[in-house]
Amino acid sequence: MKRYFNNLGERVIEGLITLSGTVTSITVLLIVFFLFKEGLGVFSQTPVAEGSVIAVNKQNPVKELTASQVKEIFDQNITNWNQLGGANAPIKLFEVDDITDYYTEEQIGSNFEYLPQRLSELVAKDPTILAFFPEEYLAKDFAGRRIELDNISVGGFLGGKEWYPTIQPAVQLGVLPLILGTLWVSLGAILIALPLGLATSIYLAEIANPKVRNFLKPVIELLAGIPSVVYGFFGLVVIVPLIQDVFGLPVGETALAGSIILGIMALPTIISVSEDAMRTTPRAMKEASLALGANKWQTIYRVIIPYSISGISTAAILGIGRAIGETMAVLMVTGNASVIPHTFLEPVRTIPATIAAELGEAPQGGIHFQALFALGCILFLMTLAINMTVDLVSTKKKANR
Amino acid sequence: MSFGSNPSSNKSKRLSQSIAFFIFRLLSFAVVAILIVILGFILVRGISVISWDFLTEAPREGMTEGGIFPAIVGTLCLVAGSMLFAFPIGILSGIYINEYAKDSWFKRFVKLMTNNLAGIPSIVFGLFGMALFVHQFGFGDSILAGSLTLGLLALPVVIRTTEESLKAIDNSFRIGSLALGATKWQTTSRVVLPMAFPNIITGLILSIGRVSGETAPILFTVAAYFLPKLPTSIFDQVMALPYHLYVISTSGTNIEASRAMAYGTAFVLIVIVLVANLLANWLRRYFGNKVKMH
Repeated sequence: MKRYFNNLGERVIEGLITLSGTVTSITVLLIVFFLFKEGLGVFSQTPVAEGSVIAVNKQNPVKELTASQVKEIFDQNITNWNQLGGANAPIKLFEVDDITDYYTEEQIGSNFEYLPQRLSELVAKDPTILAFFPEEYLAKDFAGRRIELDNISVGGFLGGKEWYPTIQPAVQLGVLPLILGTLWVSLGAILIALPLGLATSIYLAEIANPKVRNFLKPVIELLAGIPSVVYGFFGLVVIVPLIQDVFGLPVGETALAGSIILGIMALPTIISVSEDAMRTTPRAMKEASLALGANKWQTIYRVIIPYSISGISTAAILGIGRAIGETMAVLMVTGNASVIPHTFLEPVRTIPATIAAELGEAPQGGIHFQALFALGCILFLMTLAINMTVDLVSTKKKANR
Repeated sequence: MSFGSNPSSNKSKRLSQSIAFFIFRLLSFAVVAILIVILGFILVRGISVISWDFLTEAPREGMTEGGIFPAIVGTLCLVAGSMLFAFPIGILSGIYINEYAKDSWFKRFVKLMTNNLAGIPSIVFGLFGMALFVHQFGFGDSILAGSLTLGLLALPVVIRTTEESLKAIDNSFRIGSLALGATKWQTTSRVVLPMAFPNIITGLILSIGRVSGETAPILFTVAAYFLPKLPTSIFDQVMALPYHLYVISTSGTNIEASRAMAYGTAFVLIVIVLVANLLANWLRRYFGNKVKMH
């Protein structure tokens, strides 16, 4: 009987342990589910803010507009209907606040009760009008034609060059500048971190005596432990003003500042991964090289580095991954201008920084909210690709042995 | 491979080695210098701000004066909450991977997923925590939602630490214990875990240091901009040190005036990390020596 209970206890514990083992898998699946559920929602939305109407006169030959055309019109870059394939007539922009130019307060009604009717009249009267007003004022027998914009497309989202997620009347959701900004800053970071990191890992693995090593290892661990917001703060008060002074820029918040900070943050990853890789070089190989008359340096660059090259590439890829996903430090030092970067001396905006900066102000379930989750999906896929590459590189290495 | 053997190439061989080693040494110490500059800068500027009042008062005057007590309490709550979640599950999960799982596709899947979870950026955890805990489960912005999000973030670290520590235990101990008639759980809990314990604890302390500095996951799940009142339940919002530093250094009402407060907050964050690291190193050494003595 006692034995039976012992067995039962074993079983229960084993079940519990197995259950705990599945938690990470479940979490990853849940993350994927929630990210994509919200994120893909953006592709079933139109760029017009929810509850708003864009309308034209029924006689107007223009039947369709794109989101960017709407923006150009409201920015006054397109001012004539013939630019949109209509008649040669200037576009008369109308927003709901302009109603007082046309009607008296009495005609509108003190509680706006006649407003829908007046809007309908106004749009029916003027063939050149482009009206933008809240849907609650859309009359049941509206005499104009409502213009529906196409849903946001995957191509437009990924390839669009403008990111204005809150602009009225039609939002611009192009994430290309954000993707390029992220890659740009990460590229700069790895260019800074790789030489430093590799040199340090070679020094640690092959040159330093145990005493120096025992001092350096905790230092690098400490570098990994400093919170990203502290790096960001340091960047803000030291590196940003420095860059501003050195290059004589109007603002110091640039891609370069982000790259420097991210480079420092990626160092511990690069150092520890590539050092571990170099340490796996079989002793026999090193000794054979030394026995053939090579000195230590020749052994390092002709034997150890070639042997551990896949580990070194893993280190570089992981370093890039660290840089791509980093949020707070980048948010604080890169200036966050959503333009496609051309040099390292201009502000850029990365995907994580965009999410962190904008999610707090995006109403839940709205198009902006969903677009930020879609950005999260892109970020997730980027890091997944990096993990898979690392996996591939390391299994390939095992197969080669 | 051809290594030169005539005297002149021997000389250049030696020269190139000296140059290369000099560069490596220089760059390695540049890394140390970077750390010293960052730590030194913040510690020197921050130490003058630190006082008993700074640590025990709420912020005043648009966060340009007073202290950071609510943020310290908030961070303590979040660290405690996330560790309550991550430690048991993470340790059990590590035990599963190293002790219980048979070498099957499922084990590989679990390991792959743990690796993937570790690679997911912290801001994505923030998005996820907001979608699942804040909205779906209806916890709202709360200590509970923030702790769970941070706990999930810390999970892969705890799992990996446990797994590595268990892996380091020689198999003969397990076999010996099983041969004496102990069950698998008895072997794991009375033989393997106690031996791995020092390493596991060291890893856990380091992960506490990490979690206390994380900002992105708590942005949308718990962190309050300004909330001098201390939390009374796990459904309250709190201020947190890293978020507080972010706020007062970028978007406070008067950034210049709150600089001193920012240095002080950064100082406290750095000290937490330093203490965690020193403690971990000390434990490593302490237990390391002990093991050798036996």
